[in-house]
Amino acid sequence: MSTPLIHGYEVVIGFETHTQLTTQSKIFSRASTSFGAQANTQACPVDLALPGTLPVMNRQAVERAIEFGLAVGGHVSALSVFARKNYFYPDLPKGYQISQFETPVVQGGEVEFFLGEEKKVVRLVRAHLEEDAGKSLHEDFVDQSGIDLNRAGTPLLEIVTEPDMRSSAEAVAYAKELHKIVTWIGICDGNMQEGSFRCDANVSIRRAGAPLGTRREIKNLNSFKFMQQAIDFEILWQIEQLEEGRPIIQSTVLFNPDTGETKAMRTKEDSADYRYFPDPDLPALKIEQSWVDEVRSKMAELPRAMAARFVKDYGIPEYDAITLTQTQAMSNYFELVAKESGQAKMASNWVMGELSRRLNAAHLGFEACPLNALTLAALLSRISDATLSNNAAKTVLEALWAQPLEGLTPLSLVDRVIDQKGLKQINDTKALEQIVDTVLSANADQIEQIKAGKDKAFNALVGQVMKATEGKANPKDVSELMRSKIAAL
Amino acid sequence: MSELHDLSLKALSLAIQNKVVSAREASEHFLTRAKAHATLKHALNPLQCEENQTSQSNSCGAFVSFNEEFTLHLANQSDQRIAKGQARPLEGVPIAHKDIFVTQNFPTTAGSKMLEAYCSPFDATVVTQLQQAGMVNLGKLNCDEFAMGSSNENSAWGPVKNPWDNTRVAGGSSGGSAAAVALRLCPAATGTDTGGSIRQPASFCGITGIKPSYGRASRYGMIAYASSLDQAGPMAQSAEDCALLLSAMCGPDLDRDSTSLDVPKEDFSRHLNESIEGLRIGIPKEFFSDGLHPDVRSCIDLALNEFKTLGVKLVPIELPKTELSIPVYYILAPAEASSNLSRFDGVKFGFRAKDYKDLDDLYRKTRTQGFGEEVKKRIMIGTYVLSHGYYDAYYLQAQKIRRMISNDFQEAFKTCDVIAGPVTPQVAWKIGEQINDPVANYLADIFTLPASLAGLPAMSMPCGFGASSMPVGLQMIGNYLQESKLLNVAHQFQLSTDWHTKTLRGAK
Repeated sequence: MSTPLIHGYEVVIGFETHTQLTTQSKIFSRASTSFGAQANTQACPVDLALPGTLPVMNRQAVERAIEFGLAVGGHVSALSVFARKNYFYPDLPKGYQISQFETPVVQGGEVEFFLGEEKKVVRLVRAHLEEDAGKSLHEDFVDQSGIDLNRAGTPLLEIVTEPDMRSSAEAVAYAKELHKIVTWIGICDGNMQEGSFRCDANVSIRRAGAPLGTRREIKNLNSFKFMQQAIDFEILWQIEQLEEGRPIIQSTVLFNPDTGETKAMRTKEDSADYRYFPDPDLPALKIEQSWVDEVRSKMAELPRAMAARFVKDYGIPEYDAITLTQTQAMSNYFELVAKESGQAKMASNWVMGELSRRLNAAHLGFEACPLNALTLAALLSRISDATLSNNAAKTVLEALWAQPLEGLTPLSLVDRVIDQKGLKQINDTKALEQIVDTVLSANADQIEQIKAGKDKAFNALVGQVMKATEGKANPKDVSELMRSKIAAL
Repeated sequence: MSELHDLSLKALSLAIQNKVVSAREASEHFLTRAKAHATLKHALNPLQCEENQTSQSNSCGAFVSFNEEFTLHLANQSDQRIAKGQARPLEGVPIAHKDIFVTQNFPTTAGSKMLEAYCSPFDATVVTQLQQAGMVNLGKLNCDEFAMGSSNENSAWGPVKNPWDNTRVAGGSSGGSAAAVALRLCPAATGTDTGGSIRQPASFCGITGIKPSYGRASRYGMIAYASSLDQAGPMAQSAEDCALLLSAMCGPDLDRDSTSLDVPKEDFSRHLNESIEGLRIGIPKEFFSDGLHPDVRSCIDLALNEFKTLGVKLVPIELPKTELSIPVYYILAPAEASSNLSRFDGVKFGFRAKDYKDLDDLYRKTRTQGFGEEVKKRIMIGTYVLSHGYYDAYYLQAQKIRRMISNDFQEAFKTCDVIAGPVTPQVAWKIGEQINDPVANYLADIFTLPASLAGLPAMSMPCGFGASSMPVGLQMIGNYLQESKLLNVAHQFQLSTDWHTKTLRGAK
């Protein structure tokens, strides 16, 4: 495995990702976590850090962390410790953030994905539970800042990798895979615009074989596109610095999507001493093996396992299996169609092709697919029994899109549409022969060309036959018939 | 019948339930007495301010706020319940709360300018539980700022004067609670104990107070000083009264306090009358070192002799890390405090300085002006010991020794049932005497700190009078969750002695 070099430098990237967990209530209080409410309406006395309030651990958040640990093959700590990270900021009501420092809830694990044809593995250092801060609103006020504490106390799982990535493309592929895992197991809604999945990228460069270079951390990358742009810019910036003899200073940088540039916020020198110490308000978090087992028993099949099963059970190519397991909704849809129609490869082609195209155009996911999976299965069965040509089936699908069953079985609904549209394939050889004969007799010139070996002319004649049948003929049948007729002439 | 305010809590409770006196009469009686002892500086309540003008010189400064309307409303409710035969265990009996417990119907200041006008939107669990037992909230009591101190001189609302000698301190940090009970301004009060804040003022003022095992009483709504040590407890005239109060105050509060113990509510009175013959009381030799003043020592010796006549066996024990409890405590408690008090930043509630340039200036000025000297001192100590490069040497080391101190107690309890000794090395000192000598102040906590660090139940009860006729307290420490044993021993002692019934009048 070769490492890509840029101007002779090797790029080293590590990630820290904050995933907002899908719990009903906050990590240490009972206030709601839903997004978009009026400022400060979802903050209870605990979130506001009113005197006398105390944190109480939300078990749901712990379960989400256990699920993640199991999904990435990490070690779920039997005992983990909550610590206070002390610093002053107006959107941090207690003056400290409750996080995990020395003993995180998940240790190790790895994320596997394909970068083109190449299989990559990124090792995880840890994943730890912590609370989110509130939001400072600087724009709506003159000479003042607003504070919205709705987000304060929202549960986060921070996932930290080893510095295993060697290019921006690999970093983005990792982030996409991680995004897929957390949304697949349902611990995070993955909404990057709303900040549910925020990535920080630690980027450094070095001469091949040299020790790690000084890193700069790009904060809050909230789209895959910006992630790639920001890392690419940062790499070139760092190379330029080193080439011009300027050292890299460890710092935190922000990416500006308008300029496409990264810019330092603060350097390591003025970074705070957070004075971490175990939070005396929270006993160590105990996770018994029985709890882990219980969570495991309720977990959905993971994408990697499911893809392997698809290859084995349905005989589809690995590429198809990986594509189909992008989301749980998509994989469920495929599996239902494959089972019902008995045509796994055809199901795979349609789900990855025609259906995905239509859903993308409508900005819909498979969970909101207007076409019932059973209806698609019925449609496919009409292709496999030669009632429909592939092309005709697309026309039928168009008509079936968002068509309710109205008490019909999927198959009778499909048949009704086929009848209405008159798309039933001409399987009557005599009738087809007549049409072929008519076309051939009218195109003596073309036949000469075909005999001279011109395939283009042949295709044109097939097209004429298809047109004459209004697409109802099977193009394969037409070709075969025509070849034998021409050969016999 | 003796005067209403001289009745024990138990006797008063019976008198109210038997309609000898109404809850309203009791509340009015105690309110009148209490209002004469409001703090000098606190100006939240206009009524109180006005009264202060007239009664300044005689006030001991125990009470910081009243809400007469609310108090009488509760008292009326109690009378209605009694009339309907629906009386709860402590129906209609007044109680006052240390101003460290947040309350909806009274301001809560924690003795700090930082919270001068703060009103909580909820009641502390302890306050709710006592109210649900039928008790009537009489008002809030002065204390050292954020419960930091052992003389009550660190309150922004002025010191609490010792009822036995108003030139002396009442002790702290629950000084208002101790003085109020000693002066019979209320039959009972709540206190909190982090390093001795119930036991030491109880000892200085000649009353009985108990700090239960860590986790027995909910900390929800108790403004945190040092979270791993803070524990609420009752302060009253006797062990018997404390048992009644403690039964109402304690119980699991798992939905609000993660350090709350999952042990069922308990009737701490159930063993009071059992004989203590054959009981083994451990006497730690470290508690009788040269630092112990002879007058205090002779009172303790007398008390221990009294126990002998009750058939108790005195067993010498060792608590070898006793001295280390001072540095350990003064590292761990400030460390936690420095973080706990970060929320007082002038942004969301409480005091905010005027005329600040920017955010950092707002923080700096607010905290400089809002906190008193002792609080700032402890925040700085705590910040220091948690800092990068010092954490291992101070905080971690202190945690290790804390565990050793706990282990020493477990070792000791192999040979004894309860431990007894002095609460403090000396009686209450003069106001202002130690204010410039912080080390002397901290050293005075030596006998109360070990039980706090170990999370054990411990109490103080009167056992005589020392120098200048000031009260002396006997400390008793029990094993984990052994409060009822402790109270049993104390009650038996109080059945055969009368130190706890000596009122100010009797002493003077």
